[in-house]
Amino acid sequence: MSDPRSRPYALPRPGLRWLPVWRRNFLVWRKLAIPSVLGNLADPLIYMLGLGYGLGGMLPQVSGVSYVAFLAAGTVVASTMNAATFEALYSAFSRMHVQKTWEAILNTPLSLDHVLTAELVWAASKSLLSGLAILLVVAALGLTASPLALWVIPVIFLTGLCFAAMGLIVCALAPSYDFFMYYFTLFITPMLLLSGVFFPADQLPALVQTLAGGLPLAHAVQLARPLLLGEVPANAVTHVATLLAITAVAFYIACVLTRRRLLK
Amino acid sequence: MSAIAPPEPPLAVAGLRKSYGGQTVVAGIGFAVPAGTCFGLLGPNGAGKTTTLRCCLGLTAPDAGEIRLGGRAIPAEAGTARQRVGVVPQFDNLDPDFTVAENLLVYGRYFGLGDAAIRARIPALLEFAGLAGKEKARIQSLSGGMKRRLTLARALVNDPDIVFLDEPTTGLDPQARHLIWERLKRLTAQGKTLILTTHFMDEAERLCDRLAVLDHGTLVVEGAPRALIAAHIEPQVVELFGDGAAAWAQAHRALGERLEVAGETAFFYCRDVAPLLAALAADADAGRHYVHRAANLEDVFLKLTGRELRD
Repeated sequence: MSDPRSRPYALPRPGLRWLPVWRRNFLVWRKLAIPSVLGNLADPLIYMLGLGYGLGGMLPQVSGVSYVAFLAAGTVVASTMNAATFEALYSAFSRMHVQKTWEAILNTPLSLDHVLTAELVWAASKSLLSGLAILLVVAALGLTASPLALWVIPVIFLTGLCFAAMGLIVCALAPSYDFFMYYFTLFITPMLLLSGVFFPADQLPALVQTLAGGLPLAHAVQLARPLLLGEVPANAVTHVATLLAITAVAFYIACVLTRRRLLK
Repeated sequence: MSAIAPPEPPLAVAGLRKSYGGQTVVAGIGFAVPAGTCFGLLGPNGAGKTTTLRCCLGLTAPDAGEIRLGGRAIPAEAGTARQRVGVVPQFDNLDPDFTVAENLLVYGRYFGLGDAAIRARIPALLEFAGLAGKEKARIQSLSGGMKRRLTLARALVNDPDIVFLDEPTTGLDPQARHLIWERLKRLTAQGKTLILTTHFMDEAERLCDRLAVLDHGTLVVEGAPRALIAAHIEPQVVELFGDGAAAWAQAHRALGERLEVAGETAFFYCRDVAPLLAALAADADAGRHYVHRAANLEDVFLKLTGRELRD
């Protein structure tokens, strides 16, 4: 039995039928690919190069490396976070609420679980492209040389999944696009500043440090930074497990909330 | 006793109930749609038509009742049932980023169809929808009628046995409506079963083999359009309008079996109109006009659901 309404708290049962929905989003993206990739690439690169070389020129080494090399890993995961968040908020909301694309899909054999799984994986896929593009530039600039840097690729995808899942919760709750400003102002921006993207987290007061250590972006940074610098991350299993757990719980909540919104 | 059980109808609903926050929207309705027929769900706004359709498709779980669609229990097996179902929603939700052909291709994939199989069907689907040669057209370049026809073609991409149409001709010009009607007739001729909601009584009278009128969540009446007209209303109608029409009608109300006055228009429902027409001819007034016509489904609908406006 898979009655969505009488069991709104059921675990998602995605199966593999979500793939055509992912392909739909991919086909739209392919039509707009070049401006989309350029847009995703330009902004973080300007920050990384501007701050890295400009601000970095005035700084001694940070955590034992040049500031721009320090900033590289933070930029990769932060742009991944942004790409996944934008896709799961604005784009998914357009498809759900404005274009009624999900409504059209729900009239086919597919279920809402399929649609949400496709949106989760799609947002993570798109953020993977963003993160990869930054990673390529980082490699081209010689800011990483270790083959361990290849392990950043799954870290990017996992980071994308995590932020896509959280974004889908916000999408499920949003009455309109304006609502997303709260999420950015109250959650994404503070996280960007507290997760060790721009400066080592140990610069923060002890209490803030403890709280900030639990943020998903902090876990992603602590995986990506050592890998880019050619080191095996400390507590890698904990970081990966935490990101996976946040993804699973957030996606479950997003499924429950979206069922309550659409399958009334 | 017959050795062969009669075939299960494509859609059977029994004891369907649904309420939202204490407000009853569907209050225990039941009907069955025989294969290869067009069944109409009529009713004023807020009567429970859309909720009923959503329940039938497994998108809303009823509070009580039993629904079987294409031989499957709904909502438990809704996904499997929808494999053989097409839906034309009330509002177009075509993919604005895609061409006409891409819309059909992408939608066909949701049914698990292969690209080659869908592409092979596209020319015939577009031909059916009067959109031949429009494969590469963008959605924004289509008129309202063309979008509606493409939505119909999209609903047929999986060659469904059952097609749900939620107000398929709302907002269309007469040419486009007639084309849609003709195509829907073709679908029933092919043996497909149609479930239709509409606010146009002429549309329902023309298309539906049987129909049900819903009001306040209950099924007021069900039957064939002609039979409903014969059973519920006097066969002749005289509409009287213009200067002093209402007052004249009130003064002569004995000339019809039933009189309804809405604003300055009076409706006489009669079995024999001769005395009324004679009285109108004898008391001719340049400012007062009348139309004599046969009773239709709209008369039945208004009699059963009243003339008050609904939200």
